[in-house]
Amino acid sequence: MKIKSFFSRCAAAPHIVWSVLFIVAPLLFVLYYALTDANGAFTLDNLFALSDYGETFFLSISLSLIATVICILVGYPMAYFISRAKPSRQPLLLMAALVPMWINLLIRTFSMMAILDDGGLINTLLGTNFHIVGTKGAVIFGMVYDFLPYMILPIYTVISKMDKRVLEAASDLGCNHFEVLTRVVLPLSRSGIISGVTMVFVPSISTFYISQKLGGGTFELIGDTIERQFANPLTYNVGAAISLVMMVLILISMAIMNKFADPDAEGGMLP
Amino acid sequence: MKIASKVYMGLVYLLLYAPILVIAVFSFNQGDSTSVMDGFSFRWYAELFRKPDLFEALKNSLLLALSSALLATVIGTLAAVGLARMRKKWLKSSVNAVTNIPMMNPEIVTGISMMLLFVFISNRVLGNIEVNLGFFTLLIAHVTFNLPYVILSVSPKLRQLDKFLPEAAQDLGCPPLKSFFLVELPNIMSGVVSGFIMAFTLSLDDFVISLFNGGDNFTTLPVLIYNYTKKPVKPDIYALFTIIVITILLLLVLSNLASSRDEKKKARAKK
Amino acid sequence: MNKIIELRGISKSFDGELVLDNISLDIKDKEFVTLLGPSGCGKTTTLRLIGGFEKADEGEIFFDGKEISELPPYKRNVNTVFQKYALFPHLNVFENIAFGLRLARVPNDEVTARVHEMLALVSLKGFEKKNVNLLSGGQQQRVAIARALVNKPRVLLLDEPLGALDLKLRKDMQAELKKIQQATGITFIYVTHDQEEALSMSDTVVVMQNGKIQQIGSPTDIYNEPENAFVADFIGESNILDGVMLSDCRVRFAGHTFECVDGGFSKNEPVDVVVRPEDIDVVHPENGMLRCTVTSVTFKGVHWEIIVDVDGFKWMIQTTDYVAEGANIGIYIEPDAIHIMKKSEFSGQFGDYSTFSQEMDELSNPNPEDEEEADGEDEN
Repeated sequence: MKIKSFFSRCAAAPHIVWSVLFIVAPLLFVLYYALTDANGAFTLDNLFALSDYGETFFLSISLSLIATVICILVGYPMAYFISRAKPSRQPLLLMAALVPMWINLLIRTFSMMAILDDGGLINTLLGTNFHIVGTKGAVIFGMVYDFLPYMILPIYTVISKMDKRVLEAASDLGCNHFEVLTRVVLPLSRSGIISGVTMVFVPSISTFYISQKLGGGTFELIGDTIERQFANPLTYNVGAAISLVMMVLILISMAIMNKFADPDAEGGMLP
Repeated sequence: MKIASKVYMGLVYLLLYAPILVIAVFSFNQGDSTSVMDGFSFRWYAELFRKPDLFEALKNSLLLALSSALLATVIGTLAAVGLARMRKKWLKSSVNAVTNIPMMNPEIVTGISMMLLFVFISNRVLGNIEVNLGFFTLLIAHVTFNLPYVILSVSPKLRQLDKFLPEAAQDLGCPPLKSFFLVELPNIMSGVVSGFIMAFTLSLDDFVISLFNGGDNFTTLPVLIYNYTKKPVKPDIYALFTIIVITILLLLVLSNLASSRDEKKKARAKK
Repeated sequence: MNKIIELRGISKSFDGELVLDNISLDIKDKEFVTLLGPSGCGKTTTLRLIGGFEKADEGEIFFDGKEISELPPYKRNVNTVFQKYALFPHLNVFENIAFGLRLARVPNDEVTARVHEMLALVSLKGFEKKNVNLLSGGQQQRVAIARALVNKPRVLLLDEPLGALDLKLRKDMQAELKKIQQATGITFIYVTHDQEEALSMSDTVVVMQNGKIQQIGSPTDIYNEPENAFVADFIGESNILDGVMLSDCRVRFAGHTFECVDGGFSKNEPVDVVVRPEDIDVVHPENGMLRCTVTSVTFKGVHWEIIVDVDGFKWMIQTTDYVAEGANIGIYIEPDAIHIMKKSEFSGQFGDYSTFSQEMDELSNPNPEDEEEADGEDEN
């Protein structure tokens, strides 16, 4: 073996200790609380109680799925157009699409409400009296608005890294613009779409602020339920059980997604 | 095609920015309404300065962001170095997997899992000696979710680094720890700095995890905003949002200018 | 001359694979020593052990009579020129060279003087302020040499320092390194897989294979008196044949009894016989000791390289006279052109040129990158 100094052997130690104490242990506590009652005795009641929340789970999953699909439909052309712009203008165009990521989610969601509210801009401008806030559509709209940049970034990253010669080869072999897009660019950008889906779906399914504000309190998503359970120490155990199930659901769907992902391609997970 | 794509991009940018613009406009409203302009004034900005809890929260947020980013940068940089030199593949990949959990998990799960840990320690281990959720619990939580981002931004720099540099330094008479500071650190500094900035930003931005792990005696700005927006709002909150958004935009522009000037300098050096 | 470095019974394995097998080696002061061998033979590991970057499983290393086996690299009075130079990218040329002096807390004006002296030695005057990342490969190489030499080490270790340079530059640097070594009087231990480099620069060549030293000697000894079939084949071109030693100075191979100049073998002892291609004379079939057919002819500039078939065994001959393909010729070998070697583990592995083209492919690695990778795999 290469001689390793004491320093390089121990450099990762603080991080490992930290991860065990504050990442692994807390997750074990979620498991522990999910499987015990308020007195700390083992029980499966919390998990049985989950049947009451079946509808909430279903609603959360459907709304986040719809929002994710809309994000793909809106974000993909956006990423594609940015990547086709003049190279000198691309950074600015991309930046403009990503700036909202830097603005706090509370502010973005709240400003969306200012527009959609009963006395909000749309109704004032149109002189109408639509009740938009409080509908499921508003929640979906909020999710799309809040998380769209997270779809655009990874797709753009993948498309812009694509070998331009491959596209030229496709045109050379007789594809028109549209066919180049559908037969070459789209399949090659799969890994970008997949990491975009993860980055939109996970925060959507676990959100509680969007549904509180734009849902107007008329219905609950899982995030709301969890938040409510953790406002009262007596219901920590049920809350832990719900969180556990949600985490498992997300892990399963991510594992399925990764099956579809191209293992060599980098999705550009980071801004 | 060209025109259509430009129109499309214009619409998406409009969608992304319109709500924020509306907020900014109404923050200058003379009247109380958040939908009808009654004339221009700085009234709500003046109002903001009469809210002491706001400044308290801002101070708390900055303090927390600075300290958690510093701590995460130190631990994370060391971890990246340790991981880069780690021989045992299973240890390396399991440390990496655990590190990434807070990045993959929904924020709410990370938040409640740490809360359960703190609650358990306070109730069962310390025998009902109240552990106040406050600065220290928030610090632990923020460092935890910042760590993967620091590691992710330092690791590529280490990979790019010639692996023989530490040996070259030792060969020239430099003990291992000193060689880390003299040779490796200066060369990965850009990754360390961007990791720090990312950690600082994420920490400043976070509200889900802070909501569960903070207490009444230590409220961060996002949590304060969350509490504000639970009640019907007046345009003073719009003024606050506008200030925050403008600050973010300024910082983004400044950092972009700095990095483009950096690149120009490098380009000139090459010539 | 006294010994500056002694290796005694060094063994080393990586992940259960033996890389160095009980090696002992003495290196004399002020000598230019080359460790030569194909990739994976253990030469780089030997160098890293002397530098202190690896620890031996068994055996001791002595420096100037004192044991240094446990001494970390930063306490050893040897310096290394790394394969890809390992210059510090954040420091300019001056500061790269001054690095070791600064650590040793040498006073500032002495640092300046010594760095300038080094810059002059490696012909890089005026490059002090340059960014090392913007230098050419040859210039980076010179900085790496200056950075090591400025510390006035007793021994300089060089790990394939010219591997990344193109052929022309490599030749120039070879001459320059030799000049620097003679001017400074520092012991150079040089690792390479390039036999020409080894022969042209070294005072002593150490040929290694399979984690063992196969032969130690001067370049002419190694070339003219190879110890075994591996050395004969690795250094230059050789026809290696099975032979039987009939008595002193009489050897039988290829169906003919030859006179030679070697002795000291037992009667009828099987031996390996080496005949260098340039030592074979092409003559008229009647005058030849052996008769053969020319199977291929290649023009090499200075000479022709021809492959001939002697009763099924393919020989290589280098001749300045053109011979046509398919011609019947005779070959004549002077007694002192025949070199006799004892049988070894390598007997029978080398020497026939019937698969010549394939063999060339194996020997000349078109991609030095791969080789380093492979080195890194089994030597790290």
